[in-house]
Amino acid sequence: MVASEFDIKYVAHLARIALTPEEEQKLGTQLGHILGHIEKLKELDVSGVEPTAHAVPLMNVTRPDEVRPSLPHNEAMRNAPAQANGLFTVPRIVE
Amino acid sequence: MLTKRRLGAQGGSLILPFAIVLATFTTRAMLNQLTISELTARLAKREVTAREAVQACLDQIQRVDGRIRAFLSYDAADALAQADTADQALAGGATHAEKPLLGVPIAIKDVIAVQGQPLNCASKILGKFVSPYDATAIEKLKAAGAVVFGRLNMDEFAMGSSTENSAFQVTCNPWDTARIPGGSSGGSAAAVAADECIASLGSDTGGSVRQPAALCGCVGLKPTYGRVSRFGLVAYASSLDQIGCFAKDTRDAATVLGAIAGHDSRDSTSVPQPVPNYAALTGDIKGLKLGLPKEYLVGGLDPEVKQAIEAAVQQLAKLGAEIVDVSLPHTDYAVATYYIIATAEASANLARFDGIRYGARVDGADPTELYCRTRGAGFGAEVKRRIILGTYVLSSGYYDAYYLRAQKVRTLIRQDFLQAFEQVDALVTPTTPTAAFKIGEKADDPLQMYLADIFTISCNLVGNCGISVPCGFTQSPKLPIGLQVLGKPFGEETILRIAHAYEQSTPWHLKRPAL
Repeated sequence: MVASEFDIKYVAHLARIALTPEEEQKLGTQLGHILGHIEKLKELDVSGVEPTAHAVPLMNVTRPDEVRPSLPHNEAMRNAPAQANGLFTVPRIVE
Repeated sequence: MLTKRRLGAQGGSLILPFAIVLATFTTRAMLNQLTISELTARLAKREVTAREAVQACLDQIQRVDGRIRAFLSYDAADALAQADTADQALAGGATHAEKPLLGVPIAIKDVIAVQGQPLNCASKILGKFVSPYDATAIEKLKAAGAVVFGRLNMDEFAMGSSTENSAFQVTCNPWDTARIPGGSSGGSAAAVAADECIASLGSDTGGSVRQPAALCGCVGLKPTYGRVSRFGLVAYASSLDQIGCFAKDTRDAATVLGAIAGHDSRDSTSVPQPVPNYAALTGDIKGLKLGLPKEYLVGGLDPEVKQAIEAAVQQLAKLGAEIVDVSLPHTDYAVATYYIIATAEASANLARFDGIRYGARVDGADPTELYCRTRGAGFGAEVKRRIILGTYVLSSGYYDAYYLRAQKVRTLIRQDFLQAFEQVDALVTPTTPTAAFKIGEKADDPLQMYLADIFTISCNLVGNCGISVPCGFTQSPKLPIGLQVLGKPFGEETILRIAHAYEQSTPWHLKRPAL
């Protein structure tokens, strides 16, 4: 993959971000430069190298399954941009 | 009549009130400049009150923050009320042995939740968000008696190295207000350097505590991944993020770390390791082996920075440390690795900002349109850049070529550090390749901005701890330079010991900008 194949419109849609044509132009160019730098990693032979997902190897972290106080409903709704009857309102999803 | 009598009484004792006013002013003007150790000693002797200390910080904000712009907001009444609570506790016999931060004003980066206070991550997308709960680090600060106040400016969602990516304001470097304070925790560093608070919290994903600390001339500590709970820290890159602190000296940073460190069942990545007494600093580093990574002293390193680091290394040798040359051969690949891993994780983490459950919303005919419009309007350029890059490196067909490869290179970088730490107790490096650059200088060239993170970024990829301490100044203009000490995982005691010993034998941390 080379930077020129980078389709800013397609990826911005995957990321659910609306861009203006000016933003598409500017971000597309800048991301091309950044991807150009990232190509550097291809210089390295990584065959047989295990990937690192996390610096600290903690496995299967669990805690006791106990009932504890949680955020009251009205507190959880407090920052909602639109609500009705204690529910978040959203655009119609099904006809 | 009453007025006249008052005037008469005042006139009769003109000198005395003037002297009192002057004394009060002097005490207050100084209280905000104190270290935690100095302030708590005076609070314990009841020479000063927490209210006076908080008021001194508020006065300093009034005086200088119009120029520095470190604070996005602060709630003065709430801070003074917390101070009164601390004063009552002190009057009731509470001690700093039990509550090490009792009465100490500490300000918070706008990415950590404080109950009842705004939380914006310096972004428009969070709208008028108010935190419904305290982050664990905040709970712990409060339990230690701290007066938690203020929302400090930052790069939006902690993405940036200059604090220019804030949606609200540009923070200026207290040493030269035409220059950036560093980032992403630029507000946290500038506020401490400008004596607007005694200490502050920030977060460090690729250097966001150490780099601004270096550029503003204060101490910045990034603890080991897992040392401090991230519950209540808004996530940027979850395998790299860690809460850290800014302070006026190393002992203070140790005190704050001691208060916020520890296991938390609400953060599954926090590590169940006991918390030692970090503030027990001996000043002795005889026999410690310090590694000097050869890859960090070449390339784009500014000659004045290089000189300051070499002088600092000599000083450490004079104090009895043994200096060993080491190599971190994959250093050159760290920035590329970071910008794949961090952006990939960011693209997933920031999916939550969709305009449905909290924050700002731009309506649309269907949910997809609502998401796209909300995120298009709510995120700034750098955040969009990183989310799009992260989405791309995780997308079908490119995952192996970018994300998986970066994770493998992360392993190679980690092995470099493991091998180096077989030979040495800590690494000593510059924190940044140059001193603070000018506002706007790199704003249109994100790649150049990223490349300047070269010395701080590996520490997050590896999960180690690091600290930056002041180690000198450039000549003209006079700008601070930072010395970075990197430790093993959970090696905070060692790096604090080294930084403290260095600090005790040098004057740099005592220097203050003229404001």
